[in-house]
Amino acid sequence: MAVVRGFALSALVWGLVGMLVGLLAALDLVWPELNQGPFHFGRIRPIHTNAVIFGFTLGVVFAGSYFAVQRLCRVRLFSDALSRIHLWLWNGIIVAAAVTLLLGKTTAKEYAELEWPLDIAVVVMWVIYGVNFFGTIAKRRVKPMYVALWFWMSTILTVAMLYIFNNLEFPVSAFKSYSLYSGVHDANIQWWYGHNAVGFVLTVPILGLMYYFLPKQAGRPIYSHRLSILHFWSLIFIYVWAGPHHLIYSPLPDWAQTLGTTFSIMLILPSWGGMLNGFLTLGGAWDKVRTDPLLKMFVVGLTFYGMSTFEGPMMAIKTVNSLSHFTNWTIGHVHSGALGWVALTCFATLYYLIPRLWHTTLWSVRLAEAHFWTATLGIVLYVTPMWISGVTQGLMWRAVNPDGSLAYTFIETVSAIRIYDMIRVAGGVLFVSGVVLMFINVIRTIQQGSPEIPAERARIVPGAAPAAAGR
Amino acid sequence: MAWEWHRELEARQITLAALAFLVVTIGGLVLLIPPYFLQSTITPIPGVKPYTALEQEGRDLYLREGCYTCHSQQVRPFKTETDRYGAYSLAGESIYDRPFQFGSRRTGPDLARVGGKYANSWHWIHFRNPRELETRSNMPAFAFLQETALDTSLTRRKLEVLRGLGSPYSDAEIANAEADARAQMAKVVESLRSGGITLSDLEARSEAVALIAYVQRLGRDLASSGAPLASAQVGGAR
Repeated sequence: MAVVRGFALSALVWGLVGMLVGLLAALDLVWPELNQGPFHFGRIRPIHTNAVIFGFTLGVVFAGSYFAVQRLCRVRLFSDALSRIHLWLWNGIIVAAAVTLLLGKTTAKEYAELEWPLDIAVVVMWVIYGVNFFGTIAKRRVKPMYVALWFWMSTILTVAMLYIFNNLEFPVSAFKSYSLYSGVHDANIQWWYGHNAVGFVLTVPILGLMYYFLPKQAGRPIYSHRLSILHFWSLIFIYVWAGPHHLIYSPLPDWAQTLGTTFSIMLILPSWGGMLNGFLTLGGAWDKVRTDPLLKMFVVGLTFYGMSTFEGPMMAIKTVNSLSHFTNWTIGHVHSGALGWVALTCFATLYYLIPRLWHTTLWSVRLAEAHFWTATLGIVLYVTPMWISGVTQGLMWRAVNPDGSLAYTFIETVSAIRIYDMIRVAGGVLFVSGVVLMFINVIRTIQQGSPEIPAERARIVPGAAPAAAGR
Repeated sequence: MAWEWHRELEARQITLAALAFLVVTIGGLVLLIPPYFLQSTITPIPGVKPYTALEQEGRDLYLREGCYTCHSQQVRPFKTETDRYGAYSLAGESIYDRPFQFGSRRTGPDLARVGGKYANSWHWIHFRNPRELETRSNMPAFAFLQETALDTSLTRRKLEVLRGLGSPYSDAEIANAEADARAQMAKVVESLRSGGITLSDLEARSEAVALIAYVQRLGRDLASSGAPLASAQVGGAR
């Protein structure tokens, strides 16, 4: 369990760091004087995205999946040594990523900015995770694999494929390389990767967390096993096709753009299948939602999942995309998914894990409740101005005078959205202060608990898999 | 509907994992392979050439500073876009771009055709502090690029690698990479000085000079080739 504790705590630290850096980036946009020499938005933004996606989110996924797989399979992890190497290598990579990105060592491909030596380290780390996770399942004492395990196994395999192929590059020096692909081909493969990073880092493994920790916390079995089967296979199949919706009206061939749009719209069904399975699992346990901040986080998380998986396909329609693309609407969309769905589900998972990992109860449920409300209000205050400013800027870019000439200069569209960028900062401050509350709660919980309890082994066995309904 | 088959699958780790992997490869194969064989994406446009040594160094600075986080280089085929930025982007224009720089957010304007729109001296002042020219700008100041000498120790190696990947540099261009970069730098500096900018020795060999050379190249290939700019025939993507 030491390794799960390590991942849970590191994830929390990277989450706080990554979100603070995000806050700084948001401030930079409103008050450009805050950019100091090389410490400017262009270098800071990749640190923000890498820290919250690969530091925070993946950390929670590692912690949650390692915790759950042992209970679902009723065995210890495949290898303690691999687990430890995994933990330290991953933390080392995140530190190295922050340092190299700040120094401007970047491949300049979004969410794949790390230069080639770090790419190699990432692949080694991922293989270690894969061997450890698949190895644990291989020696399982429970024959059927619970649905959460399918989601995590598919995450491991798919991310390996995406990461390796998108990052193929030829080294020039220790920290400089050129992509093996150029121009529109590079764009095509980058958004195949970029979109599926959203799919297989921010969606599929988070659904794995939802499938294990929501039923555990609610004390209810998953609503429908058949629905899990249907939406698992359709989700992973369809997701991969949707990447070109990032390249609508680009020089990418039209047929590829159209496939991207079509599969994006199809994606609503499997996405909502997962959301509904989560919601309906709470059937009969809704009274608990009133008092339990963890369930509140799961519920609001699923709500944002449903919202952003409806919004995304709408933005993939050419007509809508012509307005929304290149604007803050995209930033709002990403954050309604990333803060609303991913972060809230990850927070709930951490609140579930930490008291159990230190053999105690949560220090303050009321503080967790306060975190829930700060986070939720923060998201609303973040996403709403992004929507408004996105539509505003999109409409101003295309506005014409009666004689057909452009109605606004570009700088006028920059000034018009400044106030919304300010409100976004306020939303970000709220959201980050929620994480600070969580930090306090976690520290106090750890202080009152202890990692060492002789009865630990005895506690693992009763923590069985949530039974699946409809089998 | 019988679901028994799936229950069996749930007990077989390798089969389930292999199937899940197979399912995710299909979309990628269909989307990624064909563009390598389509005329619209592989036909070069006459006049589109690889960047010069100095421009390539400038481009690498553009990447290093994360300019793509705020600027796109992809004009969409709408009248309002072509009015604002110029002809819409074609696939053949970016064949020497490694990586591509289409971007995803326009916090600042599109730069695909910014080359030649402003004087070198304008760019120099703008990089030093954008608010000297436009008080409402929220672009960071890049004065530090004017205080850092351009490192050309890798220039030749960079062109060699790019040639290996498909950029048609001549032997002479590779052998003289550094000298060519210095020569082009001197030209930019001369135009800056005649534009009224006083430059110190360091400023005259600074990174900002390379970045200006790159920015001034953007979108110029089509213009200089005389190709029909917004014509649907070129590139044929639409």
